[in-house]
Amino acid sequence: MSTYPENFRYTKEHEWAHLEGGVATIGITDHAQAELGDIVYVDLPKVGTKLEKGHSIGSVESVKAVSDIYSPLTGEVIEVNEGLASTPEQLNHDPHGAAWLVKLRVTGDDEIKKLMSASEYQEYVGAEG
Amino acid sequence: MDTSILRRTPLNDVHRALGARMVDFGGWDMPVQYSGVVDEHHAVRKSVGLFDVSHMGEIEIVGPEAGALVDRITTNWAAKLKIGQAHYSGLLYEHGGFVDDILVHKVADDFFFICVNASNQDKDYAHMRAFNRFDAKVNFVSDAYAQLAIQGPNGLATLQKLTPVELSAIKYYWFTEGSVCGTKARIARTGYTGEGGFEIYIPPADAAWIWSEILEAGREFGIKPCGLGARNTLRLESKMALYGHEIHASITPLEADLNWIVKFDKGDFVGSTALRQQKETGIKRKLVGFEMLGRGIGRDGYEVQIEGTPAGWVTSGSPSPTLNKNIGLCYLPVEKAVAGQPIQVMVRNQPVDAKVVDTPFYKRPK
Repeated sequence: MSTYPENFRYTKEHEWAHLEGGVATIGITDHAQAELGDIVYVDLPKVGTKLEKGHSIGSVESVKAVSDIYSPLTGEVIEVNEGLASTPEQLNHDPHGAAWLVKLRVTGDDEIKKLMSASEYQEYVGAEG
Repeated sequence: MDTSILRRTPLNDVHRALGARMVDFGGWDMPVQYSGVVDEHHAVRKSVGLFDVSHMGEIEIVGPEAGALVDRITTNWAAKLKIGQAHYSGLLYEHGGFVDDILVHKVADDFFFICVNASNQDKDYAHMRAFNRFDAKVNFVSDAYAQLAIQGPNGLATLQKLTPVELSAIKYYWFTEGSVCGTKARIARTGYTGEGGFEIYIPPADAAWIWSEILEAGREFGIKPCGLGARNTLRLESKMALYGHEIHASITPLEADLNWIVKFDKGDFVGSTALRQQKETGIKRKLVGFEMLGRGIGRDGYEVQIEGTPAGWVTSGSPSPTLNKNIGLCYLPVEKAVAGQPIQVMVRNQPVDAKVVDTPFYKRPK
């Protein structure tokens, strides 16, 4: 059973967000990478892109399928995990750590509170799976 | 997902206990992967993998005119089969499109055993019966069999530990009535991976423990349980058709580049009139292999363009773990269906360069 970091918040579409001082690190959950299987491509936005909550950030493609990633929060991309372009398989190994996707300077109000906590997400994927 | 309505093989609990990821595959609750598609794919190419393919259907045709009925409803020439021999064949509608693609095994002069696709088995059975004007009976026997596939270069050594049958004496696309783990089994040297190996038909009640025995026998070779994900990448590299993708009711064997299973010389069969006509006028579209040149994967259903004009569609596409390229199959106008032809695959509305290549993508070393 996966352990989901307590200080992250989670979406029903299996993204996570970790907010620290107005900057949110965004990624996909361990459940998401396991569902996708061997990941071969990661497409991410450019630095400076303005994202709205619920809109597409990019996509993750595995041997089996391609899947869109949605932004859990509204904000501007200030950093992109460039390393994933050459080592997409990192997403299978460390989705909650080294294989984060983008960092956003958050502009939305309190959106983070509407996301699920670790225990709520755990329950959600338990019920779905 | 409500899994209660899905059909299950006798190994459903075994897959779940192994931690397989399960998917709805044509109404069946099937394992798509255990350790991972790429890992399982390499296990089959380099050593040995074990697949549960018990969802596949089985139909027997028996009686004095069994052979005549088989030759009436299939494209390949069943009368040419020797007892103990099998071949790949097509089951067609009168208009020449596929009802299904099948494996025909000649068990005796009056007994043919046919392995069919899981999601087509009911319509196959109805179709076969509808054309039965012969002294023969069509029996639906799917519930009498579980089917396991032991595939890869170490498949023979693995299975040999569990059977007194001299497996090396069974030639490719031949089979024998024997036993595995002391249980009656039909052992066929067939497969859907492009690798050597065997498919065994066994009683469903014995499937779970025989599965475990095979995994144990293959342990020294690093055997892996394999799911439908690897089965798909393996068959794609070998350009084996998948019903619903490369072939379906609107596709003929001539278009699908399966002329080798159409034996016009045997006389009339269901679909032969349409196929003869199509052969005479010439096919308009043809199945070809392609390789992506740009970054992207051409997936099933994606449009194919040539110089900005829609030209065809992708039937299957995936990264090829063996070749480390992104490959696929697509239909193209026959005049463009030649190796080297530049094409563009529309990957999420963006044209990505690709080219037609010779197939199969992978051929096992002899």
